[in-house]
Amino acid sequence: MEKLSGGDMLIRALADEGVDTVFGYPGGAALHIYDALFRQDKVNHVLVRHEQGATHAADGYARATGKTGVVLVTSGPGATNAITGIATAYMDSIPMVVVSGQVSSDKIGEDAFQETDMIGVSRPIVKHSFLVRRQEDIPEIVKKAFYIASTGRPGPVVIDVPKDITNPVDKFDYEYPDSIKLRSYVPATRGHAGQIKKAIQMLLGACRPMIYAGGGVVQGNASKQLTELTRLLNFPITNTLMGLGAYPATDRQFLGMLGMHGTVEANTAMHHADVIFAIGARFDDRVTSTPSKFCPSAKIIHIDIDPASISKTITADVPIVGPVDAVLDEMLELLNASSERPNENSISDWWTQIDEWRSRYSILLNPNYDVNSEMIKPQEVVKTLYEVTGGDAYVCSDVGQHQMFTAQYYSFDKPRRWINSGGLGTMGFGLPAAIGVQYAKRDATVVCVTGEGSIQMCIQELSTCTQYNLPVKIICINNQALGMVKQWQDMQYNSRYSESLYEDSLPDFIKLAESYGHVGIKVTKREELKSKMEECFAIKDRVVFMDIYVDPQEHVYPMQVPPPTGSMRDMWLSKTERT
Amino acid sequence: MKKRIISLLMENEPGALSRVIGLFSQRGYNIESLTVAPTENASLSRLTLTTMGSDHKIEQITKHLNRLVDVIKLVDLTEGAHIERELMLVKVRASGAQRAEIKRCVDIFRGQIIDVTASVYTIQITGTSDKLDAFFHSVGEAAIIEVVRSGVSGIARGEKVLSL
Ligand SMILES: Cc1ncc(C[n+]2csc(CCOP(=O)(O)OP(=O)(O)O)c2C)c(N)n1
Ligand SMILES: [Mg+2]
Repeated sequence: MEKLSGGDMLIRALADEGVDTVFGYPGGAALHIYDALFRQDKVNHVLVRHEQGATHAADGYARATGKTGVVLVTSGPGATNAITGIATAYMDSIPMVVVSGQVSSDKIGEDAFQETDMIGVSRPIVKHSFLVRRQEDIPEIVKKAFYIASTGRPGPVVIDVPKDITNPVDKFDYEYPDSIKLRSYVPATRGHAGQIKKAIQMLLGACRPMIYAGGGVVQGNASKQLTELTRLLNFPITNTLMGLGAYPATDRQFLGMLGMHGTVEANTAMHHADVIFAIGARFDDRVTSTPSKFCPSAKIIHIDIDPASISKTITADVPIVGPVDAVLDEMLELLNASSERPNENSISDWWTQIDEWRSRYSILLNPNYDVNSEMIKPQEVVKTLYEVTGGDAYVCSDVGQHQMFTAQYYSFDKPRRWINSGGLGTMGFGLPAAIGVQYAKRDATVVCVTGEGSIQMCIQELSTCTQYNLPVKIICINNQALGMVKQWQDMQYNSRYSESLYEDSLPDFIKLAESYGHVGIKVTKREELKSKMEECFAIKDRVVFMDIYVDPQEHVYPMQVPPPTGSMRDMWLSKTERT
Repeated sequence: MKKRIISLLMENEPGALSRVIGLFSQRGYNIESLTVAPTENASLSRLTLTTMGSDHKIEQITKHLNRLVDVIKLVDLTEGAHIERELMLVKVRASGAQRAEIKRCVDIFRGQIIDVTASVYTIQITGTSDKLDAFFHSVGEAAIIEVVRSGVSGIARGEKVLSL
């Protein structure tokens, strides 16, 4: 049998697992591992400029490809810098393996140089973690880590590796396991047959049904099944912020996103529904608004791979634990084998009602911003982006108003195209995530929609783009403020802008981009928006930073009236009008 | 709100216990008592904890516990017929006329005096938590110097077992 050092084993195990890319940053405790990386050519490494960037890049890579993202960092500050990105991946159930260097085994617990209890610090934000104690265990631990990260409800797994374990001198037998079984971890592979039948009966009997599909459909690769089932039943469908693209947004049956900044038609249809079919969605508080007022007349069917997500805040009448693709396959099979269909008249009446709401409220049919404004409106930026990219870009977003405008105005027809931090809402996510996506999809158009606030949280990654020639297009919707914070201050604090303005301290983003070797395009005039955007996307081989000055007073609408008063359908339509 | 006894089998691995405990603090659940030790199979630990909560909350707790990768199997013992026991070691002041009185009390509760000095008895009692509480009332809190309770252990009655 082949004999390898711990460091070599680790990298070899990654290669044998099929990992082609690692995002990371070196340091003392990880140097043996980095040396092992240097002496091979199967696993590529992307050197970021901050470990947070490494985690978001691996996360973006995972979201775009469906593969597990891999991160390598050193101990102490390297490990703690990775925490925000691990928490981001955890909240959105993204498969990720984070290898962190650790001080030598004999120094653990002695407050050694760059020692942090990574297992302890990361515990509440990982699916699982391993501290490596013996070199011989490395292949099995790596195998387990990838298995756990990528199956069931995916999530990040940390492997903490003390430096002595990776020393180049001691060598051990290396064999990578083909498969692994864990007696304590057995994710469901299919749904309960009886529950599935019950769900079908409930769907067939529905008069005002609504399909509510979330990120689980994207992560669970079930868009095809979802689309087929939705069309077969002719039911209206809404996607969560995480689920955008799970169902083609330009399809007639799609009512737009639901929730806090969802469409009035989706939220109103949810409110009046008699059956809600939730698929890979988790009744997040940004969706349900006031739980006690949530969809008063609805029976709820809920498919989720994670039993703990079912009946957590909203009780499900028909819970189904299982992978969404397998459960939907089974439902399709049963429906296709039967001649029973939902009552056509009821469904057609329901559509008449929905179409009436849609014609009254749809922001895509009737834009909810002043189309004659002198200033550029942020919504218009997204609309133009949609047109110029043909609706087919990978769009990575930061967090704030620009994120919500993008979710509202960029219609995603395919899964894994909309990449944003939904659960944790991490500013700084956008650019490194776009780097991860562009690295995986060299020829694709990859966009980072951001704000002048968010972009400054990981702006150092502009340098990474230069090093690896990653021609990401940055669309900075510059409203000269922490816009989302300012909007809440307008609405709830009488426009007292406590620390949401920068007082003319913003950098010249054009010069900044140029200093990294990128192209900068500034847009201040409305009539130039489209032509400059076309200019931007015509440049294929370089990063372009578009700094677009927009109306700083714009708010994101519609917006749900917050709990404890609002039900789903109670929404602000503008600064002065309500549903 | 009911008292629940949740008993589980988990991998006897470093870090496993901290994940269980972390889950409770992270999600705002309360642990009233906790005992844990390896089983006859050294690769397994048996952990028993008591907590209070509504049915909904307990369901959430058990789901989240089951989600932990180290947790293999779990049972809410309070859902069925079960036996619960807690061990208590207690030091009480015992001098003069009190000595006979306390001795009698220990006998009634089927405890044992396991160590004696001129002024102190060290007593061992096992039973349900209610029984241990009742013992305090009987000897009077004033006499008590030190108390050590093991936390509740439990097992289902009859044929039902929690094993691999
Ligand atoms: C790391 C982090 N810190 C703070 C926040 C709170 N927050 C949410 S949106 C926002 C403002 C974002 O400003 P900008 O990036 O300019 O976007 P805009 O809302 O102006 O479009 C802030 C501070 C957050 N989500 N993430
Ligand atoms: Mg801003």
